[in-house]
Amino acid sequence: MDYLNLFIQAAFVENLALAFFLGMCTFLAVSKKVETAIGLGTAVVVIQVITVPVNYMIFTFLLADGALAWAGLPDIDLSFLGLVSYIGVIAALVQILEMTLDKYFPKLYNALGIFLPLITVNCAILGGTLFMVERQYDLGESLVFGFGSGFGWALAVIGLAGIREKLKYSDVPVGLQGLGITFIITGLMSLSFMGFSGIKL
Amino acid sequence: MAEARKVLIDPLVDNNPVTLQVLGICSALAVTTSLMPALLMCLALTSVAALSTAAISSIRNRIPNNIRIIVHMTIIASFVIVVDQMLRAYAFETSKQLSVFVGLIITNCIVLGRAEAFAMKNGVGMSFLDGLGNGLGYSAILIIVATLRELLGAGTLLGYPILPTVSDGGWYEANGLMLLPPSAFFIIGLLIWAIRSWKAAQAEAPEYRIHEVHRTEVL
Repeated sequence: MDYLNLFIQAAFVENLALAFFLGMCTFLAVSKKVETAIGLGTAVVVIQVITVPVNYMIFTFLLADGALAWAGLPDIDLSFLGLVSYIGVIAALVQILEMTLDKYFPKLYNALGIFLPLITVNCAILGGTLFMVERQYDLGESLVFGFGSGFGWALAVIGLAGIREKLKYSDVPVGLQGLGITFIITGLMSLSFMGFSGIKL
Repeated sequence: MAEARKVLIDPLVDNNPVTLQVLGICSALAVTTSLMPALLMCLALTSVAALSTAAISSIRNRIPNNIRIIVHMTIIASFVIVVDQMLRAYAFETSKQLSVFVGLIITNCIVLGRAEAFAMKNGVGMSFLDGLGNGLGYSAILIIVATLRELLGAGTLLGYPILPTVSDGGWYEANGLMLLPPSAFFIIGLLIWAIRSWKAAQAEAPEYRIHEVHRTEVL
């Protein structure tokens, strides 16, 4: 039950895009079509599920205070190296995933296209890892958190893409067209996601 | 000299990273519930942007083209670690409030975007100014949004009461929505509207005409 709660918390109440504003650049740039949004959303979920637990293990067994005790070095605290290691892991994993997909699932690879490399600089991914460290999740929790937060982000971007597809035929004031109205819509979506707060199972 | 001034001043309004280039939105929204963390964030981002564009520009001729993103990320991450450690040492309370967002400067697209678009093609001095200018353009938006949100949401600025709230016996009914995430989206949306009404050239073409997104061109 705790895992289910954590999932709902990560996916809806604390939605990375709408409550923490993570991955906003990609969120706004790649939400013009539902199809591409689904591709990007899937990629984010996959990467998030892999990177958060992997970074958890790197943090717990290599970087945290006293984590190197197994190597006979209990006094060493490498946690200041966190940021550079996490981003390295993310970049490497994205690269590996890209090559694997290219070799074994060329169809999916072509569908994701440019979005895979873009994910390296998507702050939702790094943000997920940093939240995992800050909130001190364990391995199971970080796996669930990774999936939940990725899922929530994907849901938000697909929702926004759906609205924007409909919106292109509407008559928006000149200065507000494009980016401006997108912000207002995202604000309204964020309001509606706030309706999930307080849900506990 | 005129060129240097242009590089520095242009990103403030005419080519603002947040409202026109759509870069660095995440932290612009997240740290603006009150003014103090926003100011600290501006300082952190501006210094990282200026220093890392200068550093990248200084080794631009030696970076192999196909691994340049990784090289950029490493350089940026190193500067962010320095800034993060400084903040923890000298402004611990506020750095707690900023939580993960200092670390997220690494993936802040302003820094990477300027490194790609400007620092790889220009000299060290100019790149430094460009990083500085874009950092300041980002700061300008952050400060406007944070001032509005703190003033209207809590009636204070930097923690000092400006509008006496009803709960403290004053007349101002604090607008709690301003402290919640949605208001940040609304304020930036309206700000973009205001800037584009002032500088009509920035207005976008109607939605149904397909136009490419710059973010994908950066990579």
